[in-house]
Amino acid sequence: MGALDELTRPAGDDDHVGGVPARLVASPASTAEAAALVAAAGDLTVVVRGGGTKIHWGPSPRALDLIIDTRRLAGVVEHAAGDLITVLGAGTPLDELALGDQQLAIDAAPGATVGGVVATGASGPRRLHYGTARDLLIGITVVRPDGVVAKAGGKVVKNVAGYDLGKLYTGSYGTLGLITECVFRLHPRPAAAAYVRTTAPAQAVPAILAAQVAPTAIEIDTATGELAVLLEGTPGGVRERSGLLEKLLAGEVSEAAPGWWGRDPWTADEIGMKLSVPLSMVPGLIESGSTLRGSAGTGVLYAAAHDITEVERLRAQCVRSGGHAVVLTAPADVRDILDMWGPVPGLAVMRRIKDQFDPDHRFAPGRFVGGI
Amino acid sequence: MADIDALARRLAAELGAEQVVTDRQELRTYECDGLAHYKVVPALVVLPHTAGQVATVVRACAEAGVPFVARGSGTGLSGGALPHAEGVLIVTAQMRRILEIAPADERAVVEPGVINLQVTRAATPHGYYYAPDPSSQQICSIGGNVAENSGGAHCLKYGFTTNHVTGLQIVTPDGELVRLGGRALDPPGYDLIGAFVGSEGTLGVATEVTVKLTRLPESVRTLLAAFPSIDAAGAATSAIIAAGVVPAAIEMMDALAIEAAEAAVACGYPPGAAAVLIVELDGPAPEVEAQFTEVTALCRGEGAFEIRIAADEAERALFWKGRKSAFAAVGRISPDYIVQDGVIPRTALPEVLRRISDVADSHGVRVANVFHAGDGNLHPLVLFDARVEGEAERAETVSGAIIDLCIEYGGSITGEHGVGLDKAKYMPRMYGEDDLDTMQLVRCAFDPDHLSNPGKVFPAPRLCGERPGGDLAARFPGVEVF
Ligand SMILES: Cc1cc2nc3c(=O)[nH]c(=O)nc-3n(C[C@H](O)[C@H](O)[C@H](O)COP(=O)(O)OP(=O)(O)OC[C@H]3O[C@@H](n4cnc5c(N)ncnc54)[C@H](O)[C@@H]3O)c2cc1C
Repeated sequence: MGALDELTRPAGDDDHVGGVPARLVASPASTAEAAALVAAAGDLTVVVRGGGTKIHWGPSPRALDLIIDTRRLAGVVEHAAGDLITVLGAGTPLDELALGDQQLAIDAAPGATVGGVVATGASGPRRLHYGTARDLLIGITVVRPDGVVAKAGGKVVKNVAGYDLGKLYTGSYGTLGLITECVFRLHPRPAAAAYVRTTAPAQAVPAILAAQVAPTAIEIDTATGELAVLLEGTPGGVRERSGLLEKLLAGEVSEAAPGWWGRDPWTADEIGMKLSVPLSMVPGLIESGSTLRGSAGTGVLYAAAHDITEVERLRAQCVRSGGHAVVLTAPADVRDILDMWGPVPGLAVMRRIKDQFDPDHRFAPGRFVGGI
Repeated sequence: MADIDALARRLAAELGAEQVVTDRQELRTYECDGLAHYKVVPALVVLPHTAGQVATVVRACAEAGVPFVARGSGTGLSGGALPHAEGVLIVTAQMRRILEIAPADERAVVEPGVINLQVTRAATPHGYYYAPDPSSQQICSIGGNVAENSGGAHCLKYGFTTNHVTGLQIVTPDGELVRLGGRALDPPGYDLIGAFVGSEGTLGVATEVTVKLTRLPESVRTLLAAFPSIDAAGAATSAIIAAGVVPAAIEMMDALAIEAAEAAVACGYPPGAAAVLIVELDGPAPEVEAQFTEVTALCRGEGAFEIRIAADEAERALFWKGRKSAFAAVGRISPDYIVQDGVIPRTALPEVLRRISDVADSHGVRVANVFHAGDGNLHPLVLFDARVEGEAERAETVSGAIIDLCIEYGGSITGEHGVGLDKAKYMPRMYGEDDLDTMQLVRCAFDPDHLSNPGKVFPAPRLCGERPGGDLAARFPGVEVF
């Protein structure tokens, strides 16, 4: 217990996850320190915490001894501008990144850390053009639940040597260990950008996709009845394309994003869901009557549901359409009675992955699909 | 071979005799993939027609403890589809149906044996194409692409196979049919598609693949720029990237590669070039025009002495013909050659190319360079004449030294051809023991008995499920452990 005493401090009032209080908190400052901590934490149950912006996502942990706070694992370890890559500590807040005329093209909530966004596989409007963390992550360093440090991928974008462990850790909700460092592919910052805002319905999306305007994002918001398209590129190109789209959609070109752009549509007392459906099913989903917001160009939307009946109804519609519906967050009174993840094909293999990486089920127990 | 004979009888009964190959002569036709100097005759070849039949074969293998290897078109360049002498080769050549082109979903659903280019052909009438375009796209299969995470000249902008697969049906090594993902994005749970793509046949067999279709760009502009030195071409590449342009492709060829291409296809590149760049931009017309002007100026600024701009599709095709035929063309200037595949950070390009040339000179070996300059993926062609004693060995040494350079500069031992059998020995140089061990945890989750393409990718298999202490007792109940 000696080593653990030095590396941890007693938990405070705010150190709980989904209503489950932790006993201890640790804030390692390097991968080596994190490895020593995890090794010393031998039989403790662990939840990793970044900026805390999504710590309430997912079911509550079955047990919780130790919170590992990643915020001291922060900073730009490397920015190789000529190679368009960067190496970041997992605790680095994405909104504090200063990469000059380059960008890590991931939309994230204010305060969200690199590790948190990767671990939850969170994404935003610009995924239509840039993809998600899954597509931009090219290398990763992790501390396995047994304390072993492992790396996968590397610092070059093109690399097919060995299994792509970065993909496995992306969206794993901290159940496979602690992510300490990530390498990302960067993109140049566009010289110009504009939004085209309209009240056209979701049925307009195929026309937008067919219009050769190369949108960076196509977002829809049922509360305002608005559809907005982000265009990026050269100043002349953006002017021309936004003009074209303005006509096509009977819309309006705007410098600024709508106020709802990229924000979760739910309030603290509503149930927050992530829905994904095939593209052709988006209009049907929009017409379901629920409060929805999100990427009409990729079929990944967010819903604010009011009760379990609405969750079930949305889930049924998504699954019938060949998609998925996951409850990300829910008020305390419904959290425990909700099936947050819904049906998960391939669960048997996922359990075997968990058993290999974390045989004692110590990392984020119960927070993931199928009780993993 | 008793096992195999019984297995052959069982599979002939369950699938039909014509789908099971046992004739030694016929088996020989499957003895190698694109890396022809490794040869192993499989014990048995099976040609399933459906996913269900693949599952039947794999289940039978699992029950008999017989290893199996999947094979698509056999164009792989790392020995990945090299058969197992005591195993079954599962060939997907009879699974070539395009199940659906769904433009409204921007997806295509195909069987694994479907040839890459056929997907694009089927999608084009709808205004779409399949973006990953390996040079072998006329012959390689989507299943092989999935296994290798194949790329192509245009992956600089569009990404690799892994960025374009949204759904898979696989047969796991215990013979279960499992569906992962589909047309919708972000399926809940671990990203098993991400783990499977690029796993080189070691995690099971893909029996159906759902891929993204990409809108055909409004405009495509292509230029060919000739430079007096490799350094100048490298500097132009860096300048283009630094200017914030993301071309669809930037390809480079050096003088020797150009010589070979001229000899083979008379592509008519500017004479006297030490290096040429092919730069292609695509997207909305106004965007492409603006950036094309910029790229032309940048090439000129870095010393390009001739810049040709493709006026039409025929000219564009001619630019690409020289590049795409380069591998085969090298046969015109050398009886034998090794195709190497490694990656370096793009900015290290000029320096690494100089060092490759030094190594080649010191061994008296010629190296022709063709590569995806935009992402630092080198394809040096190491030339030799197998009839001359010692040349093959010297070429092998140079080829290995090139991989050493890639590792030294923080790159990768393979950018698209895969590790396969050929490069398993380099894995411990690129990754530490713990890194490799962690990858093998994934292997153990899918394939604890190491029946799926054993001996590939990893130099030494992990013993699955072995943990010190407690587990030993579980494995030998009733036996005292220490
Ligand atoms: C001239 C030439 C040019 C090439 N250019 C490129 C290039 O530009 N970019 C590039 O990336 N590659 C290139 N390659 C390499 C090769 O074409 C690719 O690796 C291709 O994806 C292999 O496809 P295949 O169908 O031939 O697979 P195979 O060679 O048959 O098999 C390759 C691997 O995939 C596995 N496999 C096959 N089918 C399945 C399945 N259904 N499920 C699971 N595993 C499976 C095999 O076990 C093996 O490990 C080139 C090859 C040649 C000969």
